[in-house]
Amino acid sequence: MKAALICLVAIVHREALRFVSQRGRFLAAIVRPLVWLIVFAAGFRAALGLSIQPPYQTYITYEIYIVPGLCGMIQLFSGMQSSLSLVYDREMGSMRLLLTSPIPRWWLLFCKLFASTAISIFQVYTFLAIAALTGIGFSPAGYLAILPALIVNGLMLGALGLLLSSTIRQLENFAGVMNFVIFPMFFLSTALYPLWKMAEASTILRDICAFNPFSHGVELIRFALYGQVDWMALLWVLLAFAIFLSGSLWGYDPSRSMVRRKA
Amino acid sequence: MTSGLDVRGITHRYGKKTALNDIGFSLDKGLFCALLGPNGAGKSTLFSILTRLFVPDAGEVMVDGHSLAREPGKALARIGVVFQQPTLDLDLTVRRNLKYFAALHGLAGKDADRRIETSLEQVNMAERAAEKVRALNGGHRRRMEIARALLHGPAVLLLDEPTVGLDAETRSSITGHVHNLASEQGLTVLWATHLVDEVRGSDHLVVLHRGKIHANGNAAEIAGDVSLQTRFLEMTGGGK
Repeated sequence: MKAALICLVAIVHREALRFVSQRGRFLAAIVRPLVWLIVFAAGFRAALGLSIQPPYQTYITYEIYIVPGLCGMIQLFSGMQSSLSLVYDREMGSMRLLLTSPIPRWWLLFCKLFASTAISIFQVYTFLAIAALTGIGFSPAGYLAILPALIVNGLMLGALGLLLSSTIRQLENFAGVMNFVIFPMFFLSTALYPLWKMAEASTILRDICAFNPFSHGVELIRFALYGQVDWMALLWVLLAFAIFLSGSLWGYDPSRSMVRRKA
Repeated sequence: MTSGLDVRGITHRYGKKTALNDIGFSLDKGLFCALLGPNGAGKSTLFSILTRLFVPDAGEVMVDGHSLAREPGKALARIGVVFQQPTLDLDLTVRRNLKYFAALHGLAGKDADRRIETSLEQVNMAERAAEKVRALNGGHRRRMEIARALLHGPAVLLLDEPTVGLDAETRSSITGHVHNLASEQGLTVLWATHLVDEVRGSDHLVVLHRGKIHANGNAAEIAGDVSLQTRFLEMTGGGK
């Protein structure tokens, strides 16, 4: 038990050190959603009318609408970036070092997941603080209430990254992750438009959005910002987390894993 | 007496290609064993299996009396590994790197600090503890990886071609150091290499070629009346 905790602290600490040393990564993680918030949302405000829908009780500006989606975006990028770092770790051999630890492998992978979630939450709060400075703020209780939502969403996206890292064999393939995972997940979700707006364009697109676990992660954050729980979204995110995690544990199983294939 | 490392009937395939075919040998405690084989002989596959990176299709590995398949935690805790590829965090200090590794073995606090000091002293690197790994040369990085592999007090030390890319002097000093670890501290050492000159006459020798064991015994006896180099080339078809 004690050994497991020591291991967790060390892995989180190492990931945090690595994150701090990569200032560019932090800067990109914060600037990206801010550009969306300040430039994209400003342009869209005029074009897009939003009706009153839960959890909102009054008309809101588009900037307010996309903040939860941008929080999700930060976590999406962060989760994928940590999967990139896992592929890098594997190419550089430090993954081997990790996997030869006598601590059970599922716990080691969970520690990695926990570390990447913690880092993504730190980024989200930094973004929210800057957004608040530009006048796009929420209630203090809302900021607190999104913490559990961010944890669940971060774990779900981190597990997806872990699953991808067990199947991606080389760093070059990461561009594919960008095209085939990050972009579709983000654009085909409720991050930028509500479901009914999507339905106006196409019912198929609407159905894809409703199926996308990232949509549910975003809705979970959106409701939490107003002190509410979207139970359906929570269930959906937990289900996706369970599926992604089992997939990655399967991928890292020594008896049939990717490491079995000769590198 | 239980042997340090017991490898029994290991067979492993990549698709249709048999990488290892019924590999078996047993190493007593305190024995230095050179695993000699040309490139592609199956040494790295065997190392991946010994470190439980993956599970073989057949066979069993016993580490200091613990089965790697049935008690992976206990068996892995008894193994120290130096991989062929360097596995250090270049931007962290020597001490930070070692602390991270200690934590992966559940060691922290004063106990970890004490072990780090001792193992660095053993490789004459105590004064480099606060330096970033990036500032160290290849030889020192390798020494540090050996120190790291010994931190948790293993019974078996596995080294996969640890002298690759090092100059002759550093190579000989590291080879000498690890020989001493076996004879003085009773560590069982498995040293994979394709360089015959790293093998001493008194070493135990296992020759691996195309996934099969071609010789298993005392190096001097295997060489017989010719040099080990000549004998090795005979066994492996002159490297063809």
